[in-house]
Amino acid sequence: MSTNPPPQPSSTRIAEVIEARSGEFTAECYQLHQAPPLGSLVKAGSPDVFGVVCDTVTESVDPGRRPLARGQDAADEADVYLQNPQLSKLLRTTFRALVVGHREGETLRHYLPPQPPHVHSFVYLCPPDEVRAFTQSLDFLSILMFSAERAPVDEVVAACLRQAAQAHPDRKLFLVGAGKTLAPLLRGELARLNTILTRIRP
Amino acid sequence: MTADRLGIVVAGSLTGGVEVKLDCDVSVEERAVGRYVVIEGQKLRFLGMVTDVSLETIDDEITSMPPVSDEFIAQVISGTSTYGKLHVLPMLAIGGDAMGLLDGPKTVKTVPAHFSRVREATEQDIEVVFGKEDERHFYVGNPLDMETKVCLDLPLFVTRCNGVFGKSGTGKTFLTRLLLIGIIQKGAAVNLVFDMHNEYGWKGSFEGAGREVKALKQILGSRVAVFTLDEESSRRRKVSTDAVVEIGYDEVEPEDVELLRQTLNLTQPAVEAVYALAREFGARNWLKRCLEMDTGDEATKALLDRLHIHEQSVRNLRRGLDKLARLGFLTPKARESSVKRILDYLGRGINVVLEFGKYKGDSTANVLVANTLTRRIHDQYRRWTEQAQGEGAAPPQPLVITIEEAHLFLNHEVMDQTIFGTIAREMRKYNVTLLIVDQRPSGIDEEVMSQIGTRITYRLDNERDIDNVLTGVSNKGELKTVLAKLEPKQQSLIFGHAVPMPIVIRTRDYEKSYQEFAEAAEIKRKAENLAADLWG
Ligand SMILES: Nc1ncnc2c1ncn2[C@@H]1O[C@H](COP(=O)(O)OP(=O)(O)O)[C@@H](O)[C@H]1O
Ligand SMILES: [Mg+2]
Repeated sequence: MSTNPPPQPSSTRIAEVIEARSGEFTAECYQLHQAPPLGSLVKAGSPDVFGVVCDTVTESVDPGRRPLARGQDAADEADVYLQNPQLSKLLRTTFRALVVGHREGETLRHYLPPQPPHVHSFVYLCPPDEVRAFTQSLDFLSILMFSAERAPVDEVVAACLRQAAQAHPDRKLFLVGAGKTLAPLLRGELARLNTILTRIRP
Repeated sequence: MTADRLGIVVAGSLTGGVEVKLDCDVSVEERAVGRYVVIEGQKLRFLGMVTDVSLETIDDEITSMPPVSDEFIAQVISGTSTYGKLHVLPMLAIGGDAMGLLDGPKTVKTVPAHFSRVREATEQDIEVVFGKEDERHFYVGNPLDMETKVCLDLPLFVTRCNGVFGKSGTGKTFLTRLLLIGIIQKGAAVNLVFDMHNEYGWKGSFEGAGREVKALKQILGSRVAVFTLDEESSRRRKVSTDAVVEIGYDEVEPEDVELLRQTLNLTQPAVEAVYALAREFGARNWLKRCLEMDTGDEATKALLDRLHIHEQSVRNLRRGLDKLARLGFLTPKARESSVKRILDYLGRGINVVLEFGKYKGDSTANVLVANTLTRRIHDQYRRWTEQAQGEGAAPPQPLVITIEEAHLFLNHEVMDQTIFGTIAREMRKYNVTLLIVDQRPSGIDEEVMSQIGTRITYRLDNERDIDNVLTGVSNKGELKTVLAKLEPKQQSLIFGHAVPMPIVIRTRDYEKSYQEFAEAAEIKRKAENLAADLWG
């Protein structure tokens, strides 16, 4: 098994891949409720496979046992977890990431990698520099738009662009460019285009 | 040559021109019709004129639900879901290889391939086509938003009749004066100008401001002579004139009266009476005799009876002829032959401007004078030319006759009778061509219009005028939009014989050119002196 290049100091290791397929991977967060924000750019595997967080779930570790309500007498919500320390072992937070590209040698590719990341690959949140580099090209938007049937695509795209914009020096310029990339993809679907644009409007 | 890319060719045809989809960062608002773009085809480079600009959408929904409320959304959508489109008429093709560059621009026989890149034409692109100023080429103006000079090949220009058109106040007179200076400086022809508004001889005026500009004589000195119909007015305006023109009764022909039918208010029988009386009294005497005729006299009555001329027609005719006789320059017997005098000057290569003085703007005077003089001057040129041909000698120097309000002479009804109609149709057979200036080109006969070699037209509003100016032009529809969108002043569309392709220009500034005129004169004088020294 090939080894990851040492991650950049600013990338934070946040999760581990527990299921992987060509177009998406699922990762379990090391911390309960500490999933990366919807739409953020993460990477996993070696070489890097990039994904956009599209769906986050916190649920019982054992699918057969649903959590019970426990806070009736608690002072506040935090108190619930304090009073029941076992909860953080019974619950877990996972998220799915849609694969939007990968690294090939020095080059960033905005299409699917030949192989998905391995299960148990570490998942890192991409630092702003990497986000900026990856979103120089907006070709990945078409993958997002067309890849996921099981995610609120328009919301994910909007969230992704909002976050990516933070990494660009001229946010407005980036967002207008992104909008212009989306427009032809949503040809004939003006209402959808409008929905996304209203959500990314600077 | 790294001019900005504008877009790509997406459709088109040879006859209709090509469609260019603008890149999304190119603003439609900066694309004006009449400008030139370059289309980089696979083998050829095309120069084309923008003839229309349009807004397109890929979604019909956008037109019904325009997202205008939001500036950001509008910005995203413009250029993507909506985009600008140019309609471009390829005018010339230039081969991309070395041979192509040597051969120069060619007429367009095909269209550029799909997705050919389109960019703004650079100064060099235009210069390659319109040449630089030299001994033939005269600078008349600049393409829109460019510094390059658009030059006319004047010796080529004067081989055909030419026209300057446009609404009143657009710049026709200023341009015509420029052209005349050019024709004289380049030695392309000798000129006779019927200056019916007193604007070409000594000085012209700026509209409204009361400021004056120098006219031909002030700029070109002894190469120009100013003749006048009205000595007193010229003196009052401090114009030094070289000769006073008079027209003798004997020089007026029945055809002239027929031409004046409308301004003199003559009925058809009255016009017919003129011909009958001219046959009776003789071509040289008829006007004098008619003016002296006493209709109460028995002998006259008998004569009129014999000629089947109705009393009413005689009265109508007399009223008209009396009006004519009131024109001061029309005299029973001219002191000297003005025609001879003019021919003498023209023969020596001196250009003649005939000022109208107080007859300024008088159509009757314009028609009568221009027609009687030109008829005989043309006659002489015909003899000179035929003589030269017979002897195998050089023909006379080409003559250009400039007339304002040309529709008076060249409208459909009269053009068969005027000498101007003849000149327009015979082309340059006898080395005489016309430079016609007119604000109402719809009044000019279509056949004449189609004979006009180079047309320079300023803005015209009337649909019929626009139509007529474009008579016989291919791609009329496209040029029509260009023509209709010219600025109200000093912008004109030039097309025809003396230019390689139609182009919209901003006319060269007249006053700023004085210095250059003077320099050109100086260079020419030096060259002549040098030649004289060499051969002298
Ligand atoms: N080439 C030019 N240089 C400077 N001013 C010009 C020029 N052409 C037109 N103008 C301005 O426009 C006015 C009208 O021009 P003019 O030639 O008299 O129009 P037209 O003969 O068409 O009625 C002039 O008085 C002058 O102010
Ligand atoms: Mg005028």
